[in-house]
Amino acid sequence: MGALSIRNVRKSYGSQDILKGINIEVEDGEFLIMVGPSGCGKSTLLSMIAGLDSVTSGEIYIGGRMVNHLSPKDRDIAMVFQSYALYPSMTARQNISFGLDIRRVPKAERDQIVERVAQTLQIQHLLDRKPAQLSGGQRQRVAMGRAIARNPILFLFDEPLSNLDAKLRVEMRTEIKLLHRRVGKTIVYVTHDQVEAMTLGDKIAVMRAGEVMQFGTPRQVYDDPANLFVAGFMGSPSMNFIPSEIVTLGGGIGLRMVSDGVTQVLPLNGAEAKLKTYLGKEVIVGLRPEKLTHKVDALCGMPHIHVIQSLVHVAEPTGPDTLLLVRINGKDVVCRVHPDHARAHGENIELMLDFSKVAYFDPQTELRIA
Amino acid sequence: MTDRGSSGVQGVSRAGRVIVYGLLLLMCLYYLLPLFVMVSTSLKSLDEIRSGNLLSLPKNVSLEAWRKAWSGACTGAICAGLQGFFWNSVRFVAPAVLITTVVGAFNGYVLAMWRFRGSDFMFSALLIGCFIPFQVILLPMAHTLGMLGIGNTTSGLVLVHVVYGLAFTTLFFRNYYVTVPNELVKAAKIDGAGFFRIFWRIILPLSLPIVMVSIIWQFTQIWNDFLFGVVFSSGDRQPITVALNNLVNTSTGVTEYNVNMAAAIIAALPTLFVYAVAGKYFVRGLTAGAVKG
Repeated sequence: MGALSIRNVRKSYGSQDILKGINIEVEDGEFLIMVGPSGCGKSTLLSMIAGLDSVTSGEIYIGGRMVNHLSPKDRDIAMVFQSYALYPSMTARQNISFGLDIRRVPKAERDQIVERVAQTLQIQHLLDRKPAQLSGGQRQRVAMGRAIARNPILFLFDEPLSNLDAKLRVEMRTEIKLLHRRVGKTIVYVTHDQVEAMTLGDKIAVMRAGEVMQFGTPRQVYDDPANLFVAGFMGSPSMNFIPSEIVTLGGGIGLRMVSDGVTQVLPLNGAEAKLKTYLGKEVIVGLRPEKLTHKVDALCGMPHIHVIQSLVHVAEPTGPDTLLLVRINGKDVVCRVHPDHARAHGENIELMLDFSKVAYFDPQTELRIA
Repeated sequence: MTDRGSSGVQGVSRAGRVIVYGLLLLMCLYYLLPLFVMVSTSLKSLDEIRSGNLLSLPKNVSLEAWRKAWSGACTGAICAGLQGFFWNSVRFVAPAVLITTVVGAFNGYVLAMWRFRGSDFMFSALLIGCFIPFQVILLPMAHTLGMLGIGNTTSGLVLVHVVYGLAFTTLFFRNYYVTVPNELVKAAKIDGAGFFRIFWRIILPLSLPIVMVSIIWQFTQIWNDFLFGVVFSSGDRQPITVALNNLVNTSTGVTEYNVNMAAAIIAALPTLFVYAVAGKYFVRGLTAGAVKG
């Protein structure tokens, strides 16, 4: 049995349902990310795993043990908070050893653990300082130290990086990943940042309005989004959604694409069977910006590559890439182009559409069709 | 151009500052004058008071009036000065202040960090306690003290002040603790600390400023209280405020202004002392309160 198992967990306050039946399984040593916009219930779910919030119905198992009615201290967990929640009146050392102290770990062993943890996080020189004398990144380390010292079977992280500046956030992100590899323990990590989710997670649960919209590996969530929400939430800049009509093409069906007055019908590359019933109706074509790029001659002629002509409306250089805004079927569409091949605003560009990872969604149900 | 402009601005600000400081000094004098009159009068002899002027400095400094106020002046029929009553006051003020502060801290901790169904209602109900005038509770309180069998005792007076003061101290501590991040309590819970240990090890060490506020406030209120003292105690158990009143009103022919002044200062000294010791926390505690992460 896995490290954490959440079975049909619900949470309601009065008649308001905050969580509507969550099911998540995490294997031993896995790094689970719960990601979603604010108000999706991810922090509430984390609180419930920690035992700080009660479960309305359903079961939570930690290490094979049903913990619904256990108090936080008996769940064998440790948590790192967004505000770090270091005890202001204690030194870093006392902060780290507080939990051990309460659990009556002998002094000699306690000192040894603090020493080892401090070494792992490289905070030996900070141990005798109070939290007020530490910088944001240092507080973050001490907070993680406090969690590691207890050696729990499950770590909970509640948006631990959101109070840091952009540069430090990237550094700490790498550090958390290294730490996970070193400690090898199961981690549940809540964030609203999809980049953190992609870089850190072994598994991602994308949540919205109290429901898990998709649960899978970062690659699955990115390449095979289950619905419009997940497709739009993961990835930056986010996936282009182009409403297109399914029309007849030769003996089969194809997609009608209009860009600046030029109409083209593109073949469907294997999705014909699933899209047949949509003939004459509109579907939403999901295409990530990196799959809409400048024409590379070597790739032309491959079955999933299509070329269209477009007018550049806006060009935004980001450094490694230039983002070009074009209009297809009346929608603004972002293309990621190498700066050397970018065109200025008002010029025409030949764009290459790579349909190898294209996704089709139903405009009504917002679910993936193919 | 710019030089002249800036020097002009500086000139204006200097003139402004002179006016501000002048006004402050004037206010200061205005408030200190009565104290000066009290101190200087208390150091004069009766003859000098009769012949001299109110604002003049004493010619022969004498501590006789202070001695008399402390140990010889008549308060009603007894002529033993204020000392006994001074210690009476200390005896009920100290426990009352400590109990209200400790219980208030505890109440505030529960109301701010361990919300329960109806805790907001409890808090609002407690707040009403701050607006109840002394006079309203005199009769019911007398009745209650009588039923408890502690009418006219020091513990009775302590109880009255504790009951009356809890509304205020609870308000102080609760409002201070709502600014303390709740995640501290959550982290401590996960670390395995319970209700009392969290209070003792995490929350109380953060509370020094508000403890000082509570002590100053309660000490000043209870020490200076006259009405409860005069109603709920009698004879040689009365607090110093009541004794001071009796001392001033007991005349044996001449009014001894020097003794009255000395007695009034003695009665006021402890509150001045508490404010001097803990005062710097008072403003800080009332305004700040927030604990920076």
